[in-house]
Amino acid sequence: MTAEATNIRPSLFQTDARTKRRNAAEKRFRLYGVAAVSFGVLALVVLLSSILGSGLGAFRQTFLTMDITLSAEALDPKGNRDPAEMAKQTTITYGKVLGAALEADLAAKGLATEGLSAKEINGMISKEAPAQLRNMVLADPDLIGQTITFKALANGRIDGFFKGRVTMESAALDSNVSPAQLELALAMRDAGLMGLAFNPGFITAPDASELRPEAAGLGVAILGSAYMMLIVLVLSLPIGVAASIYLEEFAPKNWFTDLIEVNISNLAAVPSIVFGILGLAVFINFAGMPQSSPLVGGLVLTLMTLPTIIIATRAALKAVPPSIKDAALGIGASKTQTIFHHVLPLAMPGILTGTIIGLAQALGETAPLLLIGMVAFVRDYPGVPPEGLLDPAAALPVQVYNFTQRADPAFIERASGAIIVLLVFLLMMNILAIILRRRFERRW
Amino acid sequence: MKSAKLMTSALALVTFTAGAAAARDQIQSAGSSTVLPYATIVAEAFGENFDFPTPVVEGGGSGAGRKKLCEGVGENTIDIANSSSRIKQSDIDTCKANGVEEIMEVRIGYDGIVFASDVAGPEFAFTPADWYNALAAKVMKDGALVDNPNKTWADVNPAFPAQDILAFIPGTKHGTREVFDIKVLEAGCKATGAEEKFVAELGEKDGEKACLGLRTDGVSVDIDGDYTETLSRLDANKNAIGVFGLSFYENNTDKLRVATMDGVVPSTETVAKGEYPVSRPLFFYVKKAHLGVIPGLKEYIEFFVSDEMAGPAGPLAAYGLVSDPELAATQEMVANEVPMGELK
Repeated sequence: MTAEATNIRPSLFQTDARTKRRNAAEKRFRLYGVAAVSFGVLALVVLLSSILGSGLGAFRQTFLTMDITLSAEALDPKGNRDPAEMAKQTTITYGKVLGAALEADLAAKGLATEGLSAKEINGMISKEAPAQLRNMVLADPDLIGQTITFKALANGRIDGFFKGRVTMESAALDSNVSPAQLELALAMRDAGLMGLAFNPGFITAPDASELRPEAAGLGVAILGSAYMMLIVLVLSLPIGVAASIYLEEFAPKNWFTDLIEVNISNLAAVPSIVFGILGLAVFINFAGMPQSSPLVGGLVLTLMTLPTIIIATRAALKAVPPSIKDAALGIGASKTQTIFHHVLPLAMPGILTGTIIGLAQALGETAPLLLIGMVAFVRDYPGVPPEGLLDPAAALPVQVYNFTQRADPAFIERASGAIIVLLVFLLMMNILAIILRRRFERRW
Repeated sequence: MKSAKLMTSALALVTFTAGAAAARDQIQSAGSSTVLPYATIVAEAFGENFDFPTPVVEGGGSGAGRKKLCEGVGENTIDIANSSSRIKQSDIDTCKANGVEEIMEVRIGYDGIVFASDVAGPEFAFTPADWYNALAAKVMKDGALVDNPNKTWADVNPAFPAQDILAFIPGTKHGTREVFDIKVLEAGCKATGAEEKFVAELGEKDGEKACLGLRTDGVSVDIDGDYTETLSRLDANKNAIGVFGLSFYENNTDKLRVATMDGVVPSTETVAKGEYPVSRPLFFYVKKAHLGVIPGLKEYIEFFVSDEMAGPAGPLAAYGLVSDPELAATQEMVANEVPMGELK
């Protein structure tokens, strides 16, 4: 009696030692949670700001405009305006024409070029520009003899100067650009002949070599990734869903199906490079499919994505209440009818979410592509499917990897830019998954 | 129902591809990451100026490229292996075993290997002996081999600043490492007299091998990635010295200060004249059976070694390739499609 009496709290408003301890523990746990979340958010902010900070520049590029007279002597020495004949003039000839034209144009516009050699003036124009001009002239031979206003990419170092990557001090040490060139660039900007503008080429243009980082783009990589995702979707969704329905609803429960189940779960955890080795051995060496093609890439990624989709689909099928199934069977529907009319539609949001998450994972994968020859320099766009699936292509994560390996510092910006594009695609896919789930999800 | 339809279309796709191991119309090459930038420059110009598709160029390393070349003959194997070291007899044997009988060896030019530190750091004038004394596991001291006691560069050579030794050298999978081993470590081993001692102690073969043993106390760091990784490591450790390809250095002269070797400043000129000691030839190997089968292959290799590309005024030289003084002989060899003979 007396012991119990002392335990009785005198008042609800006065907390005893044990309650205080419990409350403190509660508070501590909440703090841990807040700390964990804020650490995560901080990491994300640092990551995003560093990527955005160094990558957004890739979407803007320095262009220069110049008036250029396309002389027939240099570009069509035979004078017959026959594109086949004119194709003999290589980009090297066009490069010289461009350099001379820029020098003449600057002189005509009263910009001082003293102290700069012809080579240095020519060096301010991107090496991509001669190819652009050549394609323009070959497509329309009548341009010869005319004076046109030509908008060309500026060299990567000049571009770096306007973006703050190159300074007068660093240019003095740099063997690829001189302070005099930067002075001229400033004068050209003041004259309105040079400036930063939005660069759609970064999204649409193909990769470029180390001599012209300013022209490198993601066109081939985006197409390659899209083709692969198409193959993954077309193959892994039906196969995955069919396998899960069979395993979940029809297969007898015995040691064999147990074995399959364990293997599927294990496959989901297999490192992706293993699928690359498999792809090389089976699809390229045995089946003789072409290297570097989105088809082989898509097949390898399909193998990698299948376990993810099967696991998600089976979970979604399991989540459909048995009462619905029983009711359908009870009024005389066959098992197939029950599944296709009632269970599958109800499980669809879960299946689609799983599929999209599997696809997003496949989109960001580089390792298996390394072995099947997709980590490559590819400049030609793949053709229209289905034939295009056999043409060589790159992929977005591969392009990021390739850019980071190049010597020219301008590629660092492009690697971050490519990451931004990849993140945007992933974000869109995840948003789609959320929308689908929200739209079709039913609760019981 | 829907999934049944999808299934049939999927099956259709698979059968379609099985029947369509279609003729490949673009050139495929793979190999050395040192040759990769040159190969991409040529591929790009080739695609622009010829009526053939742009060749596909893969990296992966010299050894990996040669292995791929030797996988066999056929459209799903590559046509060209880029290599920063010479092909080995073992590669040729693998090739023969897989039916690749004739290979053309094309030397495109030379590449220098430079030693560079942060641009704000002090200047260095190295000799191979300095590098041997800085990095080797055992060095000569008072006529005997002892475990390397050198902590700072001043210990190695009193003319150097008292800066801690820290070197980023290419990992063993790189072709560059082979050159570093032979032209720097072995040369240094010989110059300091350590090799003589090693040979006396261990015999001819093991003695020469012992020269390449590096100290393991963390002052010599193997970089398995590429030069961009070495550069970022230098950025973090301003006291360190890194090993780079000449072309990489030429593209980053605003960040790196290059050291001389035997008193010679590395540049395309000094490498071409043979004055700068640490250099090597660059090659590509062409599967002869693919000539005439893969459209544009002959044109591509001729374009690669043409004066407009690989000559001293061409874009490859602008990027850092030391052009080959015997380029004309190579051009003739390519034009006549002469396969390589026995390895010497």
